[in-house]
Amino acid sequence: MTSATGTNLFRQKTNTIEKRSTPIRIVDQTFYWLTLTFAVGLGVVLTWIVLNVAMQAMPAIQANGFSFLMTTTWDPVRNIYGVLPQIYGTLVSSIIALLIAVPMGLGVAVFLSEDFLPPQVQNAIAFATELLAAVPSVVYGLWGIFVLIPFLRPFFNFLHDNLGWIPLFSTTPRGNSLLTLGIVLAIMIIPTIIAISRGTLKSLPPELRSGSMALGATRWETILKVLIPAGFSGIVGSVMLALGRALGETMAAAMIVGNTNRISISILDPGATIASLIASQFGEAGRVQVAALLYAGLVLMILTLLVNILAEYIIKRFQNVE
Amino acid sequence: MRFKRFTGKSALMASLAAISLGVAACGGGEAPPPGEPGAEGSAPGGVVALSGAGATFPAPLYQRWFDSYNREVDSNVRVSYQSVGSGAGLEQYINGTVNFGASDAPIAGDRLESFRSRYNAEPIQVPMAGGAVVLAYNLPGFDELNLSRDAYCGIATGSVTRWNDPAIASSNPGVDLPDQPITFAHRSDGSGTTFIFVNHVDTVCPNWEAGVGTSVNWPTGVGGQGNEGVAAQIQQNEGTIGYIEYAYAKLNDIQMAAVENKAGNYVKPTPESASKAFEGAEVPEDFGLLVPDPESPEAFPIAGLTWILVYPSYDDATQWNTLKSVMEWALTEGEDITVELDYVPMPPDIIQRVKDVLAQVEA
Repeated sequence: MTSATGTNLFRQKTNTIEKRSTPIRIVDQTFYWLTLTFAVGLGVVLTWIVLNVAMQAMPAIQANGFSFLMTTTWDPVRNIYGVLPQIYGTLVSSIIALLIAVPMGLGVAVFLSEDFLPPQVQNAIAFATELLAAVPSVVYGLWGIFVLIPFLRPFFNFLHDNLGWIPLFSTTPRGNSLLTLGIVLAIMIIPTIIAISRGTLKSLPPELRSGSMALGATRWETILKVLIPAGFSGIVGSVMLALGRALGETMAAAMIVGNTNRISISILDPGATIASLIASQFGEAGRVQVAALLYAGLVLMILTLLVNILAEYIIKRFQNVE
Repeated sequence: MRFKRFTGKSALMASLAAISLGVAACGGGEAPPPGEPGAEGSAPGGVVALSGAGATFPAPLYQRWFDSYNREVDSNVRVSYQSVGSGAGLEQYINGTVNFGASDAPIAGDRLESFRSRYNAEPIQVPMAGGAVVLAYNLPGFDELNLSRDAYCGIATGSVTRWNDPAIASSNPGVDLPDQPITFAHRSDGSGTTFIFVNHVDTVCPNWEAGVGTSVNWPTGVGGQGNEGVAAQIQQNEGTIGYIEYAYAKLNDIQMAAVENKAGNYVKPTPESASKAFEGAEVPEDFGLLVPDPESPEAFPIAGLTWILVYPSYDDATQWNTLKSVMEWALTEGEDITVELDYVPMPPDIIQRVKDVLAQVEA
């Protein structure tokens, strides 16, 4: 009868089932209703935002249709809009960020969850990495412009001079580029990957490790063949959360990426991302342009949704390793 | 079962109620009459709070003006100004969520229509200051640079790509310009600075095709976020040239090129040469003066005005009278600040006309 109302919350330790007192029942009911309201409310707010954005974007959706996704022009004067360069830039910069952040973050997470260091030092390092996540993105943007770009210049020049025959490095480096943004995004998302992956690895049952060791497995084998597969869903989850942040990063992207409406195979060329486009143009946009920007926002939401579905799929597909 | 269904439904209603409250709080509903947000505006305590929003180009000037007014003239008057951009400022102005709006481009097009249909009146825009947009560059060892119209048109359209291009060299006799690529830096965010620059370029460059707006489809170059972004692009990359506000270039000590004006003279940007740009120009009834290519032979050619927009009528007389005094003070006694911050003050005859227009506002 009251099956869903949290019967177990206040159950006595005795095995006999007693009739619960009225105040406790009221607390139960209130708690149930309150949490239900929050849960449903969250869904409603999300739907509301999506519908609102879609409605405001409607003029642009009607005017541009699917060619919006294929056009490379963004011309507010003639009201011709397309976000293909931005979609490309968003994906490329996020992929660069993941290529750097996943091995690094996962490595740090494994290191900090093993017993290489005394726990105090481990916790201090973990704390420091989490502080990285608290730095505002505008600070990352300024730091990128004034510190990282001059610092990376010799490295970029080296890439171009020695590996210029690879199309990826074929243009003269100018500082602001998709690669620079990828590196800054990597620094921004590493804390997420470390924190969640480390948490997952630390919370694995100790029997897994002892069992593996008892069977004669080396530490390498234990980490690669037992611990990481067992914590796989948590690790993929951390990567997806990090990717979500990289895809949607606004301020740092707008400041670093160079905001050039162009698709170039070279990652040393400036580009643009969807979020940077919205951030830089919203303030001064005319009405048709606002609709186009919201359409771009909708595209970004769908992109993020696809990424999350992919994550769910990966977790489902590989979870039976456990 | 019945009980459960009831709980689900009421939970939904509760959350809907919460959301509709949220909507109301966001002011997304009916447009409040102008002056509404300053509910505390004419509080009995005597404190008058005014709020405005809009252009980023004059933001440093406005903030200094309002701050000085509060400190030196009337400490009961608090004006807050949010530099959200001209477009967003005009939207807030039309929606009536601010006491005044500010824009770098005269109100026009569908925004003008929507203001008219909403208030059954013409918006009132008055110029507050002018400013120059300069071409700043990074070319160590070359402190002086003359740019002919051919040269900077070519740079902006992408047809002049090296510093030793004849288009640049011909106006710099005796200077051995390096054989180095040119990178053109422009604003990536929508901006009044961009509007002033492309309004000029569109007029003087025959091969400019991107039109005029606060953001355009640039044929070439790298985009920077804000004046600071473009300035950083220029300062960090040798061979880069870009347009930024005069005040910003001066503050950061970036080299500025002398630009050829309509009379064919090469003029260095200074507040004086920028103010010459507005000399002799016929200011229209609605003050929507644009000087895409000034006539004066001493004028620095890339300059523009910035406007404050007020409503034709205010419900709250105290609020309007305060706003009026602040604006008149800014135009007259605030002139010292205008000059100090390297903007161009309005000439006396324009100030008189502004005062006449402001006197017609009903409150």
